[in-house]
Amino acid sequence: MQDTNTYKAPFIVLTLVLILCFFANISLGSVSIPFKTIFESLIGTTDNYIIQNYRLPKAFTAILVGSGLGISGLLMQTLFRNPLAGPFVLGISSGASLGVALVILGSGIFGGIFSTLLISKWSIVIAASLGSFLVLLAVLIVSSRVRDTMAILIIGLMFGSITAAIVSVLSYFSSAEQLQQYIFWGFGSLGNLSWSELGIFFIIYSLGILMSIVSIKGLNTLLLGENYAKSLGLNIKQSRLIIIIATSLLAGTITAFAGPIAFIGLAIPHITRQVINTSNHKILLPAVFLIGAIVMLICDSIAQLPTSDYTLPINAITSLIGAPIVIWLLVRKRKMIF
Amino acid sequence: MENNIEHTILETKSLSIGYTSKKAETIIASNINLELKEGQLIGLVGANGIGKSTLLRTVTQVQPKLAGSLYLNNKPLEQYDNLELAQAMSLVLTEQIASKNLSVFELVALGRQPYTNWVGSLSETDISIINKAITQTNIEDLKHKKCFELSDGQLQKVMIARALAQDTDLIILDEPTSHLDMYHKAYILKLLQKLAKETGKTILFSSHEIDLAIQLCDTMIVMTKTEVVSNSPANLIKQGAFNNLFPSDLIVFDEVSGSFRVKK
Repeated sequence: MQDTNTYKAPFIVLTLVLILCFFANISLGSVSIPFKTIFESLIGTTDNYIIQNYRLPKAFTAILVGSGLGISGLLMQTLFRNPLAGPFVLGISSGASLGVALVILGSGIFGGIFSTLLISKWSIVIAASLGSFLVLLAVLIVSSRVRDTMAILIIGLMFGSITAAIVSVLSYFSSAEQLQQYIFWGFGSLGNLSWSELGIFFIIYSLGILMSIVSIKGLNTLLLGENYAKSLGLNIKQSRLIIIIATSLLAGTITAFAGPIAFIGLAIPHITRQVINTSNHKILLPAVFLIGAIVMLICDSIAQLPTSDYTLPINAITSLIGAPIVIWLLVRKRKMIF
Repeated sequence: MENNIEHTILETKSLSIGYTSKKAETIIASNINLELKEGQLIGLVGANGIGKSTLLRTVTQVQPKLAGSLYLNNKPLEQYDNLELAQAMSLVLTEQIASKNLSVFELVALGRQPYTNWVGSLSETDISIINKAITQTNIEDLKHKKCFELSDGQLQKVMIARALAQDTDLIILDEPTSHLDMYHKAYILKLLQKLAKETGKTILFSSHEIDLAIQLCDTMIVMTKTEVVSNSPANLIKQGAFNNLFPSDLIVFDEVSGSFRVKK
């Protein structure tokens, strides 16, 4: 059929680029590791501590984060018929931030033994998940009553404002130390996950991806608008619910494990549509997966500042690299297609 | 009458349409009795605000009816589920499609959604139906263009092709000729007439092009404040149905030419 053959070439190229970026990402860092060592370590002939316990989980995390955020951005842009939508428009990251702020900053206010017990890594992960889950729940309750998809978008933005306000109030009463810890979480980080954490991350991520794949047909129908989609037999409420849950699972876990990573969710779908000019989600979804993973691996490699001992905040890198790319693409093509 | 032999696609019995709110029912029109026959082109006309859109929204189940009954292929409309309805009735709406980055082929192919599998793969049959719809609407040369490259007239043809690809007995179009120039208004309505004849589908459209509708439709539905009548254009002219369509201070209907004239 037409659509599978036309896009074969770009998919082969993208897959090769992804593999290359994966090895480059593992190779580059404060200590450069030759490709040969990486390969031997992967098939198990040599043991390399850095690769197995640091670089490899970090590269996998980058792939999950980039592809997951890209796909949830794609889902939101189609659902809200808005090229500016990203995975965080539903207030998911605000919810996560609020959860983390309550744990880190709130511990000072609630004081006592609490403060020392609470601030472990797992408590931050749990707080972030719980925060984004609660905001999602609120959005879902509202969306079951509100018919208009645009209204849900605005409600998500309002949740964002409310949490931002609460976070400011909390920071006003917090110590410098706590503030610093909160800010560091906000920088985002790909390199902090152990294999067992990565496992849990992967399970929830897969669930989100699975629900996205199930939504492909509905997403294509939604390209016509909700009234047309309904006239084509689509169960709008059910599709909308699955799409929102998929996004929350993806964006929620990613924020919980890697912090709020800016920009990727918004930019990747646009970059993908410029590379592969289609609106068909059967093609777009796997393409966004590949390009999201590639871009995140590149961003992470740059953040490591190869051969130096410094690591830049990943959140800054994604914006610094991604924003100019999107501006350049739009200026050149002069059209915001979606 | 030979009409009685033809199969009835859509039938309304004592239908009342309007809006319900918590406080009260607002009835826009009541006691509507219509029978839309197979293979006919039916034009729905009436002044602005008379309830044409409300009638179409009720027939397409966007909003609930207030009273009476609606039958599609002799089955009550409310017994249809989403998918069944999508296989029996297709729409061309006035609203813009959300993404104009779709190619014409992709857009027409979306008409096959009620028939495709969970991921929307097109079978050989689907593709041949899509290509047939593209040929019937004369848009072969646009097939690989993107929708944002099309003019309003071209886009309207593509939307009609999409409805054809949905392969339903009934196609409903809400003001398909608005925004079009005089030539394309005639072109689109003429195309609808040809399609109704060729495909045997029933095509119902609302329009303000009364002159054109009189010339091209098999049946017309005329909505006025007091009643909703339907008949062939010739009979409607004899009955004087068009005389009360608008307030008579500015324009009058000329029965000889079948068109409206501005009062001198």
